[in-house]
Amino acid sequence: MAEVEETLKRIQSQKGVQGIIIVNAEGIPIKTTLDNSSTVQYAGLIHQSVMKARSTVRDIDPQNDLTFLRIRSKKNEIMIAPDKDYFLIVIQNPSD
Amino acid sequence: MPVTHKTLVKSKQGSNAQSQQKPLAAKTAKVVSKKKDEDDGTEIGEGGDEWMHGKTLIKPPDQLDLTEAELKEEFTRILTANNPHAPQNIVRYSFKERSYKPISSVDQLAVHFFLEGNLLHRDSDEARRQKAKQGLPDEKATVVTETEDEKLETPGGGEDGAHSVDSKTGKKEQKLTNQFNFSERASQTLNNPLRERGCQTEPPPRASFSATANQWEIYDVYLEEMQKQEKNKEKAKAVPKKEDDKGKKKLTLVETQSDDLTKVAKVAKIIERMVNQNTFDDIAQDFRYFEDASDEFREQEGTLLPLWKFQYDQAKRLSVTALCWNQSYKDLFAVGLGSYDFTKQGRGMLVFYSLKNSTYPEYNYPTTSGILCLDIHPDRPYLVAVGFYDGCVAVYNLKEERPEPVYKSSSKSGKHTDPVWQVRWQKDDMDNHQNFFSVSSDGRVVSWTLVKSELVFTDIIKLSLVGAVSEGPEGVPPPTMACGTSFDFHKQINYLFLVGTEEGKIHKCSKAYSSQFLETYDAHNMAVDAVKWNQFHPKVFISCSSDWTVKIWDHTIRTPVFIFDLNAAVGDVAWSPYSSTVFAAVTADGKVHVFDLGINKYEAICQQPVVAKKKTKLTHIEFNPVYPIIIVGDDRGYVTSLKLSPNLRSKPKEKKGQELPRGPEVEIAKMEKLLSLLREPENSKGRTESWCQTDYGPQALDFRR
Repeated sequence: MAEVEETLKRIQSQKGVQGIIIVNAEGIPIKTTLDNSSTVQYAGLIHQSVMKARSTVRDIDPQNDLTFLRIRSKKNEIMIAPDKDYFLIVIQNPSD
Repeated sequence: MPVTHKTLVKSKQGSNAQSQQKPLAAKTAKVVSKKKDEDDGTEIGEGGDEWMHGKTLIKPPDQLDLTEAELKEEFTRILTANNPHAPQNIVRYSFKERSYKPISSVDQLAVHFFLEGNLLHRDSDEARRQKAKQGLPDEKATVVTETEDEKLETPGGGEDGAHSVDSKTGKKEQKLTNQFNFSERASQTLNNPLRERGCQTEPPPRASFSATANQWEIYDVYLEEMQKQEKNKEKAKAVPKKEDDKGKKKLTLVETQSDDLTKVAKVAKIIERMVNQNTFDDIAQDFRYFEDASDEFREQEGTLLPLWKFQYDQAKRLSVTALCWNQSYKDLFAVGLGSYDFTKQGRGMLVFYSLKNSTYPEYNYPTTSGILCLDIHPDRPYLVAVGFYDGCVAVYNLKEERPEPVYKSSSKSGKHTDPVWQVRWQKDDMDNHQNFFSVSSDGRVVSWTLVKSELVFTDIIKLSLVGAVSEGPEGVPPPTMACGTSFDFHKQINYLFLVGTEEGKIHKCSKAYSSQFLETYDAHNMAVDAVKWNQFHPKVFISCSSDWTVKIWDHTIRTPVFIFDLNAAVGDVAWSPYSSTVFAAVTADGKVHVFDLGINKYEAICQQPVVAKKKTKLTHIEFNPVYPIIIVGDDRGYVTSLKLSPNLRSKPKEKKGQELPRGPEVEIAKMEKLLSLLREPENSKGRTESWCQTDYGPQALDFRR
């Protein structure tokens, strides 16, 4: 438990990281370092994206599974690491 | 009373008896009801006088004059129902008796008024005749009435029926009902009262369920099924382990209840790596793709490109004392931290880094004593053998969570009495136990076997001092043990190994012979820091020492084949895994020297300082088995990774039209070629060698300035 906390702290302290959100399987954010409205927005939209991506990967080959998803945009990069029950979203601005 | 007044008035006015008698007689019926006395007439008359005193009496002229006595004469008037005008003695002639007879009863009826009307009773004959005359248009109107009449009359007799038949023949279009005894009757059965009865059951519990059926969902379900079946099989087998299962079940329950972040651990790790990749994006790109283009212009030189730098906060004051790449996970390497300084002995640390995450170690184990050496098992990448400064050896299992080693030697179990300088895993022995060797300054080479939960040691060989054994003062026998500082096992020949000692000698030993060396080489002036067999050529090994030299040997020849002087104490030397002629050495002045004997036999093709501060000594170097990078550890606890430029990794050039044979044979051949060049003048072997000169020509000599 403490290890995870530590890991998250380290991630947060990396340069350019704007926020971390942990979302559970139903799309409800559990833990976040952003403000509430942004969190809710990110969680809802990204959840759908991840489901779609995962579905795509698995439809092609059911033995395959999604390990992570990166969405790089002009301003920042959203990294999503899905798990069976949770997924972790990190928003980073890599050019900082 | 006013009525009486009227009568009075009338009676007064009608003092003429005649004229007034008729109306009186007509009104007798009425008046009789009111009782009157004869006296009333007169008395009232007087009263009337008083009442109507306005009027004066007027005597008619023809009024009888009567005397007062006559006036007071009372006349009795009687009201009767008799008709006063009716004759009282009517006589009629009776022809029977032929005489006149008086009729006793006289009709008293007086008809006052007689009018002939034209109303007929409808049942009378005349009425009927008239109806018949009136004819058809009046039929309907009269039907109802007639039928009604008939109804009324039918109980009387049939005569009316005849009439009615007659009357009916004129009527057409009428329903013929039974005329005799038709009666409309209706009856209603008893309606049972309606009652509504209902019952309601509890609706079955409903839950809405939605799911998609994809190919992968079906696959997942099948997988789960299979796992369940397997578990069931296992449970069936492992019946006595029920208690354990229950304990485990409790644990799992507790875990699921808490909203725990431990499940996120794996994901968090991945994310951390991703974030790191982003942060160090350029390094990652360089690692993968960068090839120094300028190498094409520099024929015999190469460069080292610095990549990641690994450092751990808690390991700042420690120096890197051991480095080892993991054979299975090519990006994982282990760093042993401790101290070479005799006076500054304290704690140590075992840290594992991955190239994917340069900011934080994957695993770290703090130790009480400084680590001096480590080795990762080639087949079981989770087993790490570690040698400590205090003489202990330990084995860590990375799969387990705890920070202590799985096995640790103690003073009871034969730990070394001096620092352990090198450990090496061996192949599993006959009983399938893992075992490893360690060499220490106490002169023993010990084999440790992991038996269940213990380390069992076996002394393989004791290093004894070769050479003059002088007796110390007072007859104390001098220490006869040499101090081993490094060793290496032959790659192919399992029992053959080399041991470097503190005296500068290298002994070739065999596992079978515990007391004798197969061969001894006088290698260096100072302690042999590292001795390594060549990865390809079975005869060649390399050694380095703090006496500033690196020497390459052929183990059949007692003198070195190559000697290189690096101007500073050499901390470590390592062969490259991709070429038999390439090796790298690190020195205390912070430089890395890379040599390729195939290209340049005298000089390094690359000498590069890799640390910022010049005072930092580099302590260890290791080549990655797969990627073209090296890691270098220094005495400040940092590990730097560097990428080898293409020139440093050159392979023999292909001849046109000829397929280049790959594999170790090529490398061996390469080395052999080199050696053969040097071995030619073997005749002059007998000459005594000095450290810096060999008889094999000036080629092997490297004079620096």
